[in-house]
Amino acid sequence: MSAYRDKDPRIHGIQSRIRVVPNFPKSGIMFQDITTLLLDPKAFKDTVDLFVERYRGKNISVVAGIEARGFIFGPAIALEIGAKFVPLRKPKKLPGKVISEEYELEYGRDCLEMHLGAVEPGDRALVVDDLIATGGTLCAAMKLLERVGADVVECACVIELPDLKGREQLNGKPLYVLVESH
Amino acid sequence: MFAGDQNGLRGDPRLKEISEAIRVVPHFPKPGIMFQDITTLLLDHKAFKDTVDIFVDRYRDMGISVVAGVEARGFMFGPSIALAIGAKFVPLRKPRKLPGEVISEAYVLEYGTDCLEMHVGAVQLGERALVIDDLVATGGTLSAAIRLLERVGAQVVECACVVGLRDVKVQHGLNGKPLYILVEPRGQINCPAPSVNGVETCRHDDLILGANFGSPVNTTSKSD
Repeated sequence: MSAYRDKDPRIHGIQSRIRVVPNFPKSGIMFQDITTLLLDPKAFKDTVDLFVERYRGKNISVVAGIEARGFIFGPAIALEIGAKFVPLRKPKKLPGKVISEEYELEYGRDCLEMHLGAVEPGDRALVVDDLIATGGTLCAAMKLLERVGADVVECACVIELPDLKGREQLNGKPLYVLVESH
Repeated sequence: MFAGDQNGLRGDPRLKEISEAIRVVPHFPKPGIMFQDITTLLLDHKAFKDTVDIFVDRYRDMGISVVAGVEARGFMFGPSIALAIGAKFVPLRKPRKLPGEVISEAYVLEYGTDCLEMHVGAVQLGERALVIDDLVATGGTLSAAIRLLERVGAQVVECACVVGLRDVKVQHGLNGKPLYILVEPRGQINCPAPSVNGVETCRHDDLILGANFGSPVNTTSKSD
């Protein structure tokens, strides 16, 4: 589901503030840079508002944000909808006991961690990141939450790269995005 | 300056709740360090909201146009403050994370150096800036953040942290910029700590007074 297709009038401003940086981090990649969106207070607020409007009143008890750009959007959403915020981090950053979930990269593997005890069985969870590409990271995030008994209600991203078919990697969990980039 | 020292917030029960919501993890990332874990604060919606509200109340009328947050835990507080006061948010990041043209500022760690980067063009000459991070220890990271902003001609109004020591050197050492802190770090009374020179490292007042042992012990640590 995409607010882009729904043509909310705020979407145009949000999309126009996202900067594309060619050949980062390597040749051929057109990097979707959300830092320019954060420089426009109205567009940034509209971004958060669109998510808050969707999730308020849905009994979401936890917003899990993926390091590091998920930390920019997730906490603001959590605060507005009355949920706790849980950071999902790269290895060895979280100080307490953690569970880990490995996932595949284009070359090699990486790992996402979550504090034990942060999320409880029955928690209704939203996963937030700035962008979904192949869906590998989001998938790892969902697994972490499900392993502790949470119910992942939806994944939410500002940007989707639909050509990479990340949506299909989410084991049937719904995905909500604001803009698509081809 | 500590929030609780001021007339308006003296005895404010929110500060006690915020302090108690922060978990202390002994010996992370290494022995002797009492790590102040703010992730437990983020699990307490009321305390997290109070944290943001106290900063917003302080900064809303100061004409601040940019909130700069230090990666990664500064990202958890900075954007909400920026949104509430109508400022832009600028992430200050470790090397090679920002995709566009950047300026870099090196800073000293206990062993070696690290580097903070900011996008060129994000901040304009004359903008009034707030720097935010979860915790201040030696002040090295915050000093680098201040230098980045000043290099592009911004005026750093203040640095704000949730947790910080009453360390006179740090308070005066942030390039002359004021530092605003909500709560002091806490220790654990009964933790099975290794001792340093036969003295336990876990007592709360050690954190307040700083380490006066034979070899220096960093009781708080800035890692990202």
